[in-house]
Amino acid sequence: MKTGARTLIEALQREGVDTIFGYPGGVVLPIYDELYDSSIRHILVRHEQAAAHAADGYARASGRVGVCLATSGPGACNLVTGIATAYMDSIPVVALTGQVPTALLGNDAFQESDITGITMPVTKHNYLVKDAADIDRVVREAFYIARTGRPGPVLIDLPKDVTTSQVKAGTPVPETVSLRGYQPTYQGHVRQIDKALDLIARAERPLIYAGGGVVLSGASAELLEFMETAAIPVTTTLMGLGAVPGDHPLCLGMLGMHGTQSANYAVTECDVLIAVGVRFDDRVTGRIETFAPNAAIVHIDIDPAEIGKNKKVDVPIVGDVRAVLQALLRRMQKHGDTANWVSRINAWKAQYPLGYGDDGHLRPQYVVEQLSDILKGEGVIVSEVGQNQMWTALYYCFRKPRTWITSGGLGTMGYGLPAAIGAHYARPDMPVVDVAGDGSIQMNIQEFGTVAQYDIPVKVVILNNMYLGMVRQWQELFYDRRYSYTELPPVDFVKIANAYGIEGITVGEKDGVREAIEAALAADGPFVLDFRVEREENVFPMVPAGAAINEMIGVRQR
Amino acid sequence: MKPHTLSVLVENRAGVLSRVAGMFSRRGFNIESLAVGTCEEPDMSRITIVVNGDDGVVEQVMKQTNKLIDVIKVSDLTQRESVERELALIKVAAETGPARAEILQIADIFRALVVDVGAKTLVLQVTGDTGKIDALEKLLRQYGIKEFVRTGKIALLRGAKTVKSSK
Repeated sequence: MKTGARTLIEALQREGVDTIFGYPGGVVLPIYDELYDSSIRHILVRHEQAAAHAADGYARASGRVGVCLATSGPGACNLVTGIATAYMDSIPVVALTGQVPTALLGNDAFQESDITGITMPVTKHNYLVKDAADIDRVVREAFYIARTGRPGPVLIDLPKDVTTSQVKAGTPVPETVSLRGYQPTYQGHVRQIDKALDLIARAERPLIYAGGGVVLSGASAELLEFMETAAIPVTTTLMGLGAVPGDHPLCLGMLGMHGTQSANYAVTECDVLIAVGVRFDDRVTGRIETFAPNAAIVHIDIDPAEIGKNKKVDVPIVGDVRAVLQALLRRMQKHGDTANWVSRINAWKAQYPLGYGDDGHLRPQYVVEQLSDILKGEGVIVSEVGQNQMWTALYYCFRKPRTWITSGGLGTMGYGLPAAIGAHYARPDMPVVDVAGDGSIQMNIQEFGTVAQYDIPVKVVILNNMYLGMVRQWQELFYDRRYSYTELPPVDFVKIANAYGIEGITVGEKDGVREAIEAALAADGPFVLDFRVEREENVFPMVPAGAAINEMIGVRQR
Repeated sequence: MKPHTLSVLVENRAGVLSRVAGMFSRRGFNIESLAVGTCEEPDMSRITIVVNGDDGVVEQVMKQTNKLIDVIKVSDLTQRESVERELALIKVAAETGPARAEILQIADIFRALVVDVGAKTLVLQVTGDTGKIDALEKLLRQYGIKEFVRTGKIALLRGAKTVKSSK
């Protein structure tokens, strides 16, 4: 016989779990007791939200399932933002929560919350385990559901009596998972694939619009081969950055609200749009009626519910992005001549480069450019949410998948630092940098404690403008500069870092930027860089809410 | 916008109904009626849902419902030949002799059963499609309906065809 807790730990090991991010509490004591001398590494965070974000960051950087653990009630509730973040970006996470004993369920017991009910809208699936004999099967199913099909978070709620009760040892564990209600489609329909190829062969102005699905399915090599073979330019969403090398001649950078002019113009003028692992999010499309108005649309996605959800498409292909791209490559016989189209796009690129003022002041874009220039793609970049995120998306050149970790769909401030912790454990071989704003870093700044305790070599780059910058930007542009509750008092972040035993430098001049970044990267442990940047710098270009994506403001023209 | 009748085969497990109903409400789909119960397979239940919406909305409803892990199969019976039934219980005032006689006559025409006879009321049980039950309710209103309750619609395909787990 063995306890439910022991069974749980063995089941996690069977799934290949090497790291858990968590925070202990009353009803998870039996699980923590098993973790005490387990080979699974447990990272003690300072707030359960950080455990969920760290598991998510681990998953994004590695492609494996991230795992977090919290106690019942407040612990479980604190995971919710992190679970919702993972859900919106389709990230495989398994969240384990303690629960009050089954006899007390529904009695408003101490630290009871109905976490399966609470997380129903933000998980791919969840379980309340009422019998320890189910633990093996539930864990196997949860990991399977989390990582297959369209990935997503799965929560397992474990009442205390379930983890303490005895299970017969040696019970056979199901090898494979078979769920009659869950059968994802991986191979695209051949007739649809041929229809898409027919459109591509006749296209004069084709464009690929690639997103997070390319990264999730590990299809970067296939996408690169496809775009090069057919000579089709590609624009990526925020989540798709790094899916193809950002400096590739056919790459137009990001599209959408803060997309490049060349990308947004290309979408507006293309005649065939090949949407790959994307969901036509409102931040990408702007006014949906005017998105790709002249194009026949091919949409490749593993989730049939995404096809036709926001935009009517001409050729739907349900399937795994990688498998479908392989089939497209295999079956492609000819493609259109895109030379004129590519040169038109190159002209846009030359005419509308990204840029910012060069009056010698320290600007956030410059900091990101220097970081990009120093790392040359050899690092994992995590961001918080807001201006810092958009500047990083625009000015850092991502060259590889899974080197860009950001909360896209939910836009969770406070995501970056804990996600960077998770990314480090997934890729200990790579430098991990969290690009932050002074607002968002303060949403989970307690994680300096975790970083210090485990000496996690995360480098935090704070673009400090003493504002909630993105909201301030909207107030400047659309609310007559009425800066309602967006100004933040100065904070000495280096002092905070020092209090935790973390090194840091404050930089106020352009001159010191490169040296500071190099010093931070050279340091063995964590490092905080507090850049005092131009306070009212804006993220441009920008498509105002409700406008068509070719109606940009803040455009620079050469 | 027309009502669509969806037959949803689900795992017979705790919480399944709340997964389905919760998904409908958070995505803004309106449930006109809902009926749930066991079916021919002991470990499955069948939910019959009537939703209003244009074809695009109903397609989204079906796809989103299908994504739930505990949902085995979703079919739109509106597109196909099906039988649809509701059941209603109507407590109607029947204090005077003539009223009582008229109500019994109406019940007879609608093939409704009298399932309770009180000194001042009758309880009728009627089955049929939505229109038939609406019509009976309208006719009985003049006598005074004291209480009225109806089930959600349930439906099956006609002939040998079935809505079964395809996997």
